[in-house]
Amino acid sequence: MNRQSLDNPSDPSLSRVDGAVKVTGKATYSAEYAIPGLLHAVLVTSTIAKGSITAIDSHEAEAVPGVLAVISHVNAMTIPGWPPKKQPAERVPPGTAFRVFYDSLIYFDGQPVAMVVAATHEQAVHAASLVHVTYQQEPHRTHFEKNIAHSGIPLNVQRSKNSPFQDYERGDAAALRNADVRIEAEYTIPTQHHQPLEPHAIIAVWEADDKLTVYDKNQGVKSAQGQLAQAFKLPRENVQVVATYIGGAFGSGIRVWPHTMAAVMAAKQLKRPLKLVLGREQMFTSVGYRPYTKQKISIGAAKDGRLAGIVHEGTGQTSMYEEHLERTVLASRALYACPHVATRYRLLPLDVNTPTWMRGPGDATGMFALESAMDELAYALKTDPLELRLKNFAESDPERNLPWSAKALRECYELGAEKIGWKNRLPEPRSVKRNGMLLGYGMASSLYGFHRHPSKARAAMQADGSVIVQSATMDIGPGTGTAMTRIASKVLGVNAKKVRFDLGHSALPDAPGQNGSSTIPSVGSAVHVACEALKSKLVALAGEMPEGLKSGGQVVVRNGRIFSSQDDKEGISYADILKYHRLNELEVTEESKSGAERDQYSMYSFGCHFVEVEVNPLTGEVRVTRVVTCADVGAIINYKTARSQSIGGVVGGIGMALMEHSEMDHRFGRYVTTDFASYHIPVHADVPPIEVYYVDKPDVQANPIGSKGLGEIAIVGVAAAIANAVFHATGKRVRELPITPDKLI
Amino acid sequence: MKPFQYLRPKTVAEAISMAADYPEAQYMAGGTNLVELMKRGIASPSKLIDINHLPLKKIEHRYDRLRIGALALNSDVAKHKSVLSRQPLLAQALLAGASGQLRNMATVGGNLLQRTRCSYFYDLALPCNKRKPGSGCGAEAGINRTHAIFFAGNGFGGNEKSSCIAVHPSDMCVALTALDTEVVINGTGGERRVLLKDFHRLSTLQPELDTNLQPGELVTAIEVTDNAFAQHSHYLKIRDRASYAFALVSVAAALQMDGGRIWDARMALGGVAHKPWRYWAIDLMLRGQAPSEKLFREVAEHEMQSAKATAQNAFKIKLTSNAIVAALKAATGIS
Repeated sequence: MNRQSLDNPSDPSLSRVDGAVKVTGKATYSAEYAIPGLLHAVLVTSTIAKGSITAIDSHEAEAVPGVLAVISHVNAMTIPGWPPKKQPAERVPPGTAFRVFYDSLIYFDGQPVAMVVAATHEQAVHAASLVHVTYQQEPHRTHFEKNIAHSGIPLNVQRSKNSPFQDYERGDAAALRNADVRIEAEYTIPTQHHQPLEPHAIIAVWEADDKLTVYDKNQGVKSAQGQLAQAFKLPRENVQVVATYIGGAFGSGIRVWPHTMAAVMAAKQLKRPLKLVLGREQMFTSVGYRPYTKQKISIGAAKDGRLAGIVHEGTGQTSMYEEHLERTVLASRALYACPHVATRYRLLPLDVNTPTWMRGPGDATGMFALESAMDELAYALKTDPLELRLKNFAESDPERNLPWSAKALRECYELGAEKIGWKNRLPEPRSVKRNGMLLGYGMASSLYGFHRHPSKARAAMQADGSVIVQSATMDIGPGTGTAMTRIASKVLGVNAKKVRFDLGHSALPDAPGQNGSSTIPSVGSAVHVACEALKSKLVALAGEMPEGLKSGGQVVVRNGRIFSSQDDKEGISYADILKYHRLNELEVTEESKSGAERDQYSMYSFGCHFVEVEVNPLTGEVRVTRVVTCADVGAIINYKTARSQSIGGVVGGIGMALMEHSEMDHRFGRYVTTDFASYHIPVHADVPPIEVYYVDKPDVQANPIGSKGLGEIAIVGVAAAIANAVFHATGKRVRELPITPDKLI
Repeated sequence: MKPFQYLRPKTVAEAISMAADYPEAQYMAGGTNLVELMKRGIASPSKLIDINHLPLKKIEHRYDRLRIGALALNSDVAKHKSVLSRQPLLAQALLAGASGQLRNMATVGGNLLQRTRCSYFYDLALPCNKRKPGSGCGAEAGINRTHAIFFAGNGFGGNEKSSCIAVHPSDMCVALTALDTEVVINGTGGERRVLLKDFHRLSTLQPELDTNLQPGELVTAIEVTDNAFAQHSHYLKIRDRASYAFALVSVAAALQMDGGRIWDARMALGGVAHKPWRYWAIDLMLRGQAPSEKLFREVAEHEMQSAKATAQNAFKIKLTSNAIVAALKAATGIS
């Protein structure tokens, strides 16, 4: 049992292809493009949670030297794709994306109400502080617990019979009622924000009246292009979106947010290129968040540990104007072989901005509850938490009644248990001390559905034998370009240094945005098939040459050459093939997408986390001292960057478990933890050695490269594993994140 | 940020004359706090007097005292030989604060004058008696998990127009308060000295004032008299993450021991009051006693009798009590 993929010394994985430009400051991020005549914009945001603007006094602001305009609903241009304004203004029904500077209505605290545009950033900031807004305030609802009575079945779900968020039930509810052992508990996660270190930023440039270029931090250039084209009623190709380098996003860049529309609108109105960078405090109300969610789980088992039933209910918050739905309760249907499972999902609309997907969306939330409950059940059964999971291991998907395309979760469990030394763990909580600290071990499973979207890639052999591969995919951090370079380098048999991979530009071949752990499965497949097609073309061209390939059979590619067989010592170089055919470039564009296999198999990425914690018995401080994380995502494309991605997910999970908490003062409906002094994310001292292991066995059903997504399962389950370890260390079960000292002393 | 005049004096006298008659002038040293306050519109000096060129960086031990210039960097002080050998508690406290980058910029004088991290103080849209006298204390009935438990809030001589439950954020000042530090201050009237315990203020009546520094006055140095605490001192900081976080509670404990007994003791607490909170009775309670967890628990609970919680920070009373016990155990070396 040692199937983990450590890097292979004879074929080492690539270092980040963009590493050098990033650490030397040469990578250009969205706010860093030097555009002549660039104006600077700063947003003014609402200080009430609900009501309407009665007046905007911008005289003082306009008098500041350098100020060109103060834009608000009073004077903003009409966005062609938006419906005509109503007089008087009317609140929109749920399901309407927020329209910036559209009317006088306030839907949430922190809503953009005006934007100051000036020659310099400093002038704009100063002037923004001089815009005086008066409101007619209305009573607001922001407090989740106090308004839970207003929650209900999402309208989206009511309208769609096939929605996965419909109430679900299988098996006989009596099984749970009659179970030998039953646990019922509530779990709460507070609102948490992505807060990537790079704030969201955009530079909008109208090259002509009907031609727009935006340098925008986002996770999907193609979808941003489509949405902007639609809003401004432009042909798609007249809009270009550039996002080559992104300083983290974690989901905050999946949508086109109001500030992007505001910048594009103002640039058009002023006929000048314009830059808008969100302030850190504005990041709390501008680009979504992981929603406050309350869950209840009833779970029961027979004395022998076989699950009798799981009832998983979850309610998440959303805004008054949109419904954001998450997979919160869905994992409970698929993870364990359990005869009776029921799930219910509800939304609670509040006077807040709309939440959005944040790394491991829904599943990170739901698995905190499910995997905590499994741990509680294990203690109630006096059985080992890992034993309990193995006893209820699902050999096929119990929800869809389909075989898994591949599932090496059992290997993950074994690997993790071995590496952390699980068998030496004493079962009794609060029974072991090390250097005066309470020592605890916990574990949790992880899973995330397989997402593969149609993707295109262009592969082009150059006259000098180098290769350019292109796709409008993104890199928000995982190392997309590095992984794609490795795929191209392997398929074509060229040194990775001779491969250039272009991404993050809407003019490139169609690709999905970077979300839902879909990039490697989707774009990796497209790059693979494009390079295979290019290789075939090259082989055919080589065959036409006088000194061409002798055999028509299987060729071998290596070092930028094609060989007719393993015994062929000479081969033909790619450069010679192009030269002979007088080609400057030989290119193909291919598309790759799922087929019938999606109906024949259930596809997931799986994993597990084992955690060691120390808890100070006097102060309640928790320190994670060791993490072993194991994943089955099929084939690992590039070990080094995959490992970094797993580490990043675990660090996010440590933040979720121990510190991240956006606190609102509900008297004002306003967040008060709007800086990094009060919104804590892990610092280096919070991050212990993290050991990463992969089963690295291709999932041949999934796609041509046998590889599934890794980004989400890296975080899903981490918070539960830590909470379980804290219970083991202290005997205290914390069901409300984050686990701060006050909850343990 | 409001436009301001930027000045760079070369001498203390020049700096003081620049500030004289301009109540809206402010001195800037490392700027780690002031620049942020200016960016947020909380501080808006008409004159910003950059004092980084004044000759106030020196750290020296003369006769019976350690003198640290107001512009000595936190990071330099923390690793200075005389500090490490004579006042290790100060070095420990400094290293528990902020981050490496901030300590490389922040000065001793600036650290004395850093303002609270209360969220209401930092948000212009929320009420705060410290930022805007008379606007009310947002934290008192709001988010106050990290706020004061000693002498804090409505009922301590103030009313809702003047109450403030913010805490002083410094680690350094907690150690210095325990060590009976003196602050050297220069002004138009010459030099004066104030004990650190009298330098910071409680929030009563005028929470907008953090210290008793008069307008235009400049802190030029601090002085710590030699003591016998070096072998038995400990700074314990409890926070929501392992580093780079303000204290939920901190304890600076300085003891003199001989023959298994405690002969002298000083203690100050951080994160619990509007100023570093000196535990005055500790010397009386510990003098002549042999260290034990039971004794430390009694000592801790004694001080906490006068603590009063707000809605979200009751845990701090127990946490502070536990922290006192833990710090005393560490200082005395008992397990």
